[in-house]
Amino acid sequence: MKKLNRRKKVIIWTVFLVLVFLCLYACGILIPEDVIASDFLDAKHMPSWKHPFGTDALGRDLFFRTLKGLSISITIGMIASAISAVIAILVGISVAVGSKPLDSLINWLIDLVMGIPHTILILLISFALGRGLKGLIIGIASTHWCSLARVIRGEVLQLRSQPYIAISRKLGKSSRWILVHHMLPHLLPQFFVGLILMFPHAILHEAAISFLGFGLPPEQSAIGIILSESMRYLSTGMWWTAVLPGLTLVCIVLLVDKIGEHLRKLIDPYSAQE
Amino acid sequence: MALEAKNIYFRYNRKQAWILQDRSIKIEKSQRLAIFAPSGYGKTTLAMLLAGYLKPIKGEILLNNMPLPRKGICPVQLIYQHPEMAINPRWKLKRVLDECGTYNADIIDTLGIEPAWLDRFPAELSGGELQRFCVARALISGADFLICDEISTMLDVITQAQIWNVILRETERRNMGVIVVTHNRYLADKIANQTLDLTV
Repeated sequence: MKKLNRRKKVIIWTVFLVLVFLCLYACGILIPEDVIASDFLDAKHMPSWKHPFGTDALGRDLFFRTLKGLSISITIGMIASAISAVIAILVGISVAVGSKPLDSLINWLIDLVMGIPHTILILLISFALGRGLKGLIIGIASTHWCSLARVIRGEVLQLRSQPYIAISRKLGKSSRWILVHHMLPHLLPQFFVGLILMFPHAILHEAAISFLGFGLPPEQSAIGIILSESMRYLSTGMWWTAVLPGLTLVCIVLLVDKIGEHLRKLIDPYSAQE
Repeated sequence: MALEAKNIYFRYNRKQAWILQDRSIKIEKSQRLAIFAPSGYGKTTLAMLLAGYLKPIKGEILLNNMPLPRKGICPVQLIYQHPEMAINPRWKLKRVLDECGTYNADIIDTLGIEPAWLDRFPAELSGGELQRFCVARALISGADFLICDEISTMLDVITQAQIWNVILRETERRNMGVIVVTHNRYLADKIANQTLDLTV
């Protein structure tokens, strides 16, 4: 087979990822509740053709629960990382453009947020906001912007010292015009890579918090919930209740992470040699 | 109309020695001044100060006895020594010309800018080719003084002559003042009608 270059690989993987996401999202909407209703006659079955991921202790089909769980994960991941990335770009730009005290204040805030382990912080925020979807999204969004904000701040500071920015000002262009026309084209690639690499973090944290019981309510079929329920039955030999949903989540995470890494290398060719 | 530096002092930070000390320069419109000195005597610094890219620590830069305007097109335009740093690497060169508004098609032509270059990125052109764009950009309407900071150092002789011819013709037509910063005494003698030696 002909060797594909990185650009083509990214395109193929991205198309594949978008298809997977669309399917999962459609599954989340289209799968009716009665497919995953409990059926005690059918409980505790190994994976089979009828139930590809087996059934849990209440007789619910794990395959469809996993699909539904993933569609929730994806929704949360996308909303939370999008909010986070927007916060990051706003903070990054305002820090770099604003005054010195603002810069030190926000740098301090970034250090503070990064200093506390994410899981604990999300757990606290989610708990304080009454758990559920809202608590999770706000929790994840308000903790993940830091590192991207730092990258963007650095980039803006570096751009500001470029001669062509100073020349543009002397040609009578306003700060806003320079921000939109000179700076944003340099920042957007960083922004998108940051956004994509943030997504796996967001859904893993969502699963972790739900697993610990501080996220989504137990009646929702999120991956974290499925995993935490399966803990009780693992000792009885029902390995499939934990392994198969967990593996599916890991696959999705790895897929997104891979695309993010490839994109980063495309944008910053120097790091490709590492 | 005159551009004037009045007793300016400048250093890049407190630990360093003064680069410029009590330096005064005055240039009238339509005059051509060459600033001449070896490396390290603050030629570029002086050029940046006069164009308003740097602020003097003491003293002031005056245009018609007024400080340089902070907003709008600056009447004093500087052409950098390194054209590849003075152009946004993500912009096609068409945009670089568009940035300075309406440009004179005649200048583009006499500078030897070929239409095919407009659709290329800066990395696809040589330093000399990029410098022509910087010259065209600095000749924006509204500029009264042009400061050329060693703009022809990296160019071959034919290109140098071509670019200087355009600059001289255009500045004469528009009655602009020119400050030429250079190492090359022959160039200074040829172009300027007045020389300033920073070593003195």
